[in-house]
Amino acid sequence: MRVDLTVNGRRQYADDVWEGESLLYVLRERMGLPGSKNACEQGECGSCTVRLDGVPVCACLVAAGQAEGREVVTVEGLAQQARDRAGRDAGADDEAAALSPVQRAFVDAGAVQCGFCTPGLLVATDEMLERNPSPSDADIREALSGNLCRCTGYEKILDAVRLAAARRDEGATP
Amino acid sequence: MTAPRTRAPLGVPTSLTQGSGTRGGIGESTLRPDGVLKVEGEFAYASDLWHEDMLWGHTLRSTEAHAEIRSIDTAEALATPGVYAVLTYDDLPSPVKNYGLEFQDTPVLAHGKVRHHGEPVALVAADHPETARRAAAKIRVDYAALPLVTDEATATAGDAPLLHADRTDHHSGHVPHPNVVHRQPVVRGDAAKAAARADVTVTGDYVFGMQDQAFLGPESGLAVPAEDGGVELYVATQWLHSDLWQIAPVLGLPEDKVRMTLSGVGGAFGGREDLSMQIHACLLALRTGKPVKIVYNRFESFFGHVHRHPARLHYEHGATRDGKLTHLKCRIVLDGGAYASSTPAVVGNAASLAAGPYVVEDVDIEAVGLYTNNPPCGAMRGFGAVQACFAYEAQMDKVAAALGMDPVEFRRINAMEQGSRLPTGQVVDSPAPVAELLRRVRARPLPPERQWLTAGEAPDVRALPGGLSNTTHGEGVVRGIGYAVGIKNVGFSEGFDDYSTARVRLEALNGVPVAVVHTAMAEVGQGGVTVHAQIARTELGVAQVTIHPADTRVGSAGGTSASRQTYVTGGAVKHTCENVRAKVLEIGRRKFGTYHPAWATAELLLEDGKVVTDGGEVLADLADVLGDEAVDLELEWRHRPTEAFDLRTGQGNGHVQYSFAAHRAVVEVDTELGLVKVVELAVAQDVGKALNPLSVVGQIQGGTTQGLGVAVMEEIIVDPATAKVRNPSFTDYLIPTILDTPAIPVDVLELADQHAPYGLRGVGEAPTLSATPAVLAAIRDATGLALNRTPVRPEHLTGTGTGSGQGTGTGTGTGSGQGTGTGT
Amino acid sequence: MDFLRPASWEEALAAKAAHPAAVPLAGGTDVMVEINFDHRRPEHLLDLGRLGELRDWTVGERTVRLGACVPYAHIMEHLRGPLPGLALAAHTVASPQIRNRGGVGGNLGTASPAGDAHPALLAAGARVEAESVRGSRLIPIDAFYTGVKRNALAPDELIRAVHIEKAGGPQQFSKVGTRNAMVIAVCAFALALHPRSRTVRTGIGSAAPTPVRARDAEAFLTAALDEGGFWENGATLAPSLVKEFATLASAACAPIDDVRGTAAYRRHAVGVMARRQLGWVWDQYRGARRLEGAA
Repeated sequence: MRVDLTVNGRRQYADDVWEGESLLYVLRERMGLPGSKNACEQGECGSCTVRLDGVPVCACLVAAGQAEGREVVTVEGLAQQARDRAGRDAGADDEAAALSPVQRAFVDAGAVQCGFCTPGLLVATDEMLERNPSPSDADIREALSGNLCRCTGYEKILDAVRLAAARRDEGATP
Repeated sequence: MTAPRTRAPLGVPTSLTQGSGTRGGIGESTLRPDGVLKVEGEFAYASDLWHEDMLWGHTLRSTEAHAEIRSIDTAEALATPGVYAVLTYDDLPSPVKNYGLEFQDTPVLAHGKVRHHGEPVALVAADHPETARRAAAKIRVDYAALPLVTDEATATAGDAPLLHADRTDHHSGHVPHPNVVHRQPVVRGDAAKAAARADVTVTGDYVFGMQDQAFLGPESGLAVPAEDGGVELYVATQWLHSDLWQIAPVLGLPEDKVRMTLSGVGGAFGGREDLSMQIHACLLALRTGKPVKIVYNRFESFFGHVHRHPARLHYEHGATRDGKLTHLKCRIVLDGGAYASSTPAVVGNAASLAAGPYVVEDVDIEAVGLYTNNPPCGAMRGFGAVQACFAYEAQMDKVAAALGMDPVEFRRINAMEQGSRLPTGQVVDSPAPVAELLRRVRARPLPPERQWLTAGEAPDVRALPGGLSNTTHGEGVVRGIGYAVGIKNVGFSEGFDDYSTARVRLEALNGVPVAVVHTAMAEVGQGGVTVHAQIARTELGVAQVTIHPADTRVGSAGGTSASRQTYVTGGAVKHTCENVRAKVLEIGRRKFGTYHPAWATAELLLEDGKVVTDGGEVLADLADVLGDEAVDLELEWRHRPTEAFDLRTGQGNGHVQYSFAAHRAVVEVDTELGLVKVVELAVAQDVGKALNPLSVVGQIQGGTTQGLGVAVMEEIIVDPATAKVRNPSFTDYLIPTILDTPAIPVDVLELADQHAPYGLRGVGEAPTLSATPAVLAAIRDATGLALNRTPVRPEHLTGTGTGSGQGTGTGTGTGSGQGTGTGT
Repeated sequence: MDFLRPASWEEALAAKAAHPAAVPLAGGTDVMVEINFDHRRPEHLLDLGRLGELRDWTVGERTVRLGACVPYAHIMEHLRGPLPGLALAAHTVASPQIRNRGGVGGNLGTASPAGDAHPALLAAGARVEAESVRGSRLIPIDAFYTGVKRNALAPDELIRAVHIEKAGGPQQFSKVGTRNAMVIAVCAFALALHPRSRTVRTGIGSAAPTPVRARDAEAFLTAALDEGGFWENGATLAPSLVKEFATLASAACAPIDDVRGTAAYRRHAVGVMARRQLGWVWDQYRGARRLEGAA
């Protein structure tokens, strides 16, 4: 079957999609967007977290056909989304705009090791900070409790989220 | 780089360049050079690879744990539209049909029988993963069940079926039974005689469950057939050359026709030391003439790699009234499963480190590794030392209790220090701050009590055992505190020629000196690429360093394992940089020596892109010295040699370095429901020298969390009646979430090991050792239960276990009795 | 495999009638895992995602009509007042990502004894609105679970909504798992006080082949509260009474040993949860009475 959807602001379609394929498979294997990761394919790790019509979901549990006509934002779209929010020109190539504040904070705080969980965590964190700009540690832990990380022990991830929130408070988007 | 022979696939790694004029040398927390790509989602992991016209490989695995294969019928699978190849043992192209890390005992595809649940039996290549799966389901395998070997008793019985009859490996001559992979005694002094001096004697039987590495990036890779009859393999692994040495003979190709490149690796933790899909993808690619990608899903991943050896450990310690250990007798039985993998090394570690970081003169230690029909076990973070630490630390608490002594004080009295002797007779010739590490974790203030109480009337359940599941509002919750410390060897031991190779090129591009570092080191997340750039900056005084993708076009780096990569490949990068620097200075002397006498007389350094004297005088710009010349060297470097352990006594200088960490665990246990909340897991570790403090702390926190996981939740459960895995999924194999993981304050000591590059000490494994026993000790403190198995499950804390077949064939929990909680 | 995408409820019913073996697909929590792991290859997937009405709810006088696909996240956020037990249960479902997609209809359709919504529905009292081209019917929740992963739906029926009694008193829900988040229940328990009818109801998850009520425990407690005049006097419950309730709740379990826990543990844990929850709901009830008295 054919599946049409908007990914990171762009209309995309895929042909010959097998009906059992997940949105994750279509993004990764058919649309050239492998940023969303395939760690468990059973909704137990959060590595494939994308926003579907704004809501964080596990792309592995969305049938491709269910995404028909919907809007998807993946990790590959976070920087652009941040630029849109900040009202900056798309394509501005200054270093500040190359990454979203949350992405920058994950790099700066040492929250990335192997990085396989990182895309899902970034999408989940970005959405949480949209709802809750000044989260407590308990809020952060609850919001990210669907995203497994095997490398970091989560401490640096907490640091990264705190850093992103603090920078937002300062109004600085480095 | 050599020109690609085929059109390059997507997702091939590119060089990482970093440096913008900052110093960025060793000791600084420079950021990962791959960090930006990783947060952009642009970093290509092995499962992200894509090639035009590629096929998908799929593995058919055995549904039985031990069975004769009477027949395999592939006809219907082959006839499926979209299927390009179906391969079985009979299709293997070379006389070499087995591989293995230490013994070549693992069949590429099952031959005549299967020895464990999930063993590869056949391969399919098709145009879509679903086509491949459907075709695999049409392969008919006729199994005839064979008797199972699942534990030491069944493995070593007189009439036990032999997992590998006709063994010819180097341990086969000395083992007591063919189903024993390796046996290592360590005997020193006279334990029996020393036991007579003991005022207290404490024994214990301990069980360690089967842990999975649970790296998040599943096994995957892409094999692309080349025009010269060879193959390009892009893969996630821990050691490219070890893979190569096992792959090439099975393919019947010379090593230079198997060209391997490291693809992005989503964690490893030991689980990628053994081959998984590498040979399979190459076989399918060579057979079909098309690129073949294989990606395991999580279910298959549980069968696709080895696990941590489950263990049974019997310990006896004695001590005098004043708290000095008199002796240790212990026996450690490690279940290696169906194939050897790294079981011999695990046995060696367990035996040589069985006494822990304590001085005991009289020891009688025996460790054995078994062949059984359970899943194969091999490397996982801290292997061998982890299982021993769980037991000896439980023993330390028990002996202290028997003496009426504080458990930390008891450990201090017996703590190893520099100059102490291990049970192997080896002298510890670098700092061993065991007592200091314990002192530091104990000195930390304790986290506040009852943190779940809020200003409002409702408790914050997120701070309670059970978390969001709303199982307690404080009822039954008791706090406990526990301590543990451990010792792990760093690097490959027992006489292994442990070396690495680095190629470093220094040249001036557009007037700017640039270093390129090329090694075959597997970056699995640990941050080796960061450290290599730092070392190059420090040694060559350049800002800009490019990390070349890791591949087999440069010499072996050894494995990213045994906490060794920063030491050994870091050492190789340092060594090569030093030689590059010497060459550069030669060039400088040749070009400019006549202009300044210091070129001949002073100690010269490279700093900030300049040649300077040790007095700080600038002699020349590095770019001017280099001109159009490039200095390019590839050199090997190895650490001090080690010796094999004597097969009867275990004596020998088997290790090169040790790593020590101590933990204090604070837990809150719902004693009625048997649920545990770890409140804090403080750690102190000596790292010798923190080349990148941010990465070091990240390693320690991550290692600690894996130790926490196997304390309270992580276990592969194997049905002892069938030897089948019962929980191969992330639904039932649980790893800690962010709500299970407490604050992990880290105290880093830097006591240099003068034998190691920069004085550094391997970091990655030590924190995994002591985290588990510290958590168990804290739970014992909270509940008063004996708890001699890990992971501890709610039924162990509530006296509701059964003989129901729980556990890995290594026994059910024997914790008994109701918790002593005084809940309301 | 065919992917059916009905644009209206009527189309969905027609599709289900034409293909009774079609598997309804909503949040994907169960179905997609089965497909990803090659456990299931239905001939037809019936996507309910385009039926906006299934994501709506209405709060009526006595009941909440909850669309089958209202995500758990919405239940937590918007229905904590009328459906406190279900809201607590919703909060324990899997992960935030899953709670954004999954709904009660999926739990009911799968009818796994481990589904988190079931104990709360049993305790609150609910009826499942099932519909086919043949017509609509309300299935009492007590009659809905018919076996391990089996329910009372006819092959051509779809779940349209669940009608859940609005809480007239305190409700609680707890679930035991071996992890502090994102965990499948080892066992679960829910308790609801119904002051209007002077009754109590319970629900037990993962401790019997189906979700069940602890009927003896309910009957005992209902009688004891009545006889002691507790509803009126709001007095403290005697420990012996609480203990007996817990013992009877425990006795209502018919659990098995499995990879997630032992039968003995499940029985034990249900008893502990029953005892604690009775304490919590009774405290809440007394607190509410005091507030009313003060007003």
